[in-house]
Amino acid sequence: MFSQRKTEPIDTSITPPGLSNLPETGVAYHIDSWWWLVAAVVGIIAILSIAKPDPYWRIIVFVRDGISVTILITVVSFILMLVVGMLGGLGRISTNKIIHLITTLYVEIVRGIPLLVQLIWWYFAFPVIIKQIGAWIHFAPFAEYRSNAILLAIFGFVFCYGAYMSEIFRAGIQSIPKGQMEAARSLGMSYFQAMRHVVLPQALRVILPPVGNEFISMLKDSSLVSAVALADLTRRGREFMSANFDSLETWTMIALLYLVMTLFSARIVNYIERRIKIER
Amino acid sequence: MNDKTGPIIQIEDIQKHFGKVHALRGVTLHVQKGEVVVIVGPSGSGKSTLLRCINRLEEYNSGKIIVDGIPLDTAQNINIVRQEIGMVFQQFNLFAHLTVLDNLMLAQKIIRKRSKEESRKVAVELLKKVGIPEKLNAYPSQLSGGQQQRVAIARALAMNPRIMLFDEPTSALDPEMIKEVLDVMMDLAKEGMTMVVVSHEMGFARAAAHRIIFMDEGQIIEEAPPGQLFTHPKQERTKRFLSKVLDH
Repeated sequence: MFSQRKTEPIDTSITPPGLSNLPETGVAYHIDSWWWLVAAVVGIIAILSIAKPDPYWRIIVFVRDGISVTILITVVSFILMLVVGMLGGLGRISTNKIIHLITTLYVEIVRGIPLLVQLIWWYFAFPVIIKQIGAWIHFAPFAEYRSNAILLAIFGFVFCYGAYMSEIFRAGIQSIPKGQMEAARSLGMSYFQAMRHVVLPQALRVILPPVGNEFISMLKDSSLVSAVALADLTRRGREFMSANFDSLETWTMIALLYLVMTLFSARIVNYIERRIKIER
Repeated sequence: MNDKTGPIIQIEDIQKHFGKVHALRGVTLHVQKGEVVVIVGPSGSGKSTLLRCINRLEEYNSGKIIVDGIPLDTAQNINIVRQEIGMVFQQFNLFAHLTVLDNLMLAQKIIRKRSKEESRKVAVELLKKVGIPEKLNAYPSQLSGGQQQRVAIARALAMNPRIMLFDEPTSALDPEMIKEVLDVMMDLAKEGMTMVVVSHEMGFARAAAHRIIFMDEGQIIEEAPPGQLFTHPKQERTKRFLSKVLDH
């Protein structure tokens, strides 16, 4: 989505083929020096697991499925959050008063409630509403609704992070000079065509760093879902500890595992950012 | 489109307020097909606002504008009219994330529904016409102001507009680049393009315009062919303005 530049068949009489696409020396293939930190943390985990398999390797084996849950929730929520954020951002700059009011209310309300409280609300309170509505309209699937932890956790995350993301999108879109929209409209594009082909592709470049940060925050905040009966990495750690009483080893390992994931993500974000800078 | 002999742009009694500022005070202007009209006047006189009303980038409070027989009333009509009008801006407004070639091809593909090959051909031809065929793979930020403005003109022409609007096209340019842009505009005028130009370039106005419109405080004060307006202005305000811009 970010690599807008398509390799056109270049007119050889004008430019030597491919030359114009070459990145500057030493920029593109320069390996980000902070990768050593990721390697170091991976190394520590490996050394611990080999030197002292009990409990370290046992912990990793035990929390493995928790890691998948954490990654699943983070990635799925992140993708959905981008969609909500984009719609919310467009709503926040809309000249339609009702749309503007609804999105502004959404953003203001969600940002005023702690994420943990929101997650608990979606998991424990929201199903009650569904059941009552089900009983009221005599609709059995609703009346007998049972909370689906993963679904409601993802919903809670998307709902909450979508509000923050809306503000990031709004700021990104507003940072693009108005003349870009005017030029697109003057060529006969509709508002949405101009947004899609001209404004958003540029806004995405601007908001990439904060969006990457949101992904990392989300990865860390996903530990909150352990409060709503979801067996993510944190909860699996707690389960291991209560069975084995190795608190120091368990929580050190859990912390290291989170650290590997966040450091790794940060490097990926950094890599994409630099790629996009070169493209300009 | 109709090819009747009436005016291609018909502006009737336009009123425009920006909050408390009365920007246009009942402007009426007819532009004939193939005519080159240059609007001059002090800054804040409403020239750019009037120009931007013609393709409805600016809303107006009352009055009506009819372009090529189509009134600017519904959103659909506005879009049809915009496809027939090319606009060139003071700040060029090239799409910063696209190459020169893609800048010229984008609207052709999504509005005119031309194939990639066809829009590419049109783009390459127009870049030759504006004198920068070698820059088709450059990004706007790699071009000089004059080159960017010529690409912007080519981008507008790629839609085969029947009318071109120029909003102070040389005001953001370094002096040595003004000529290259004016040359392209001059060629267009000679080819019989209908043009409405807001500009401070009196030399261009004198050479290319069929008619000069002098505006002040949201009104058309005087209009005449350049020979007449520059040498024998009738209105006191026109004389005062011209004495300031022509004497150096």
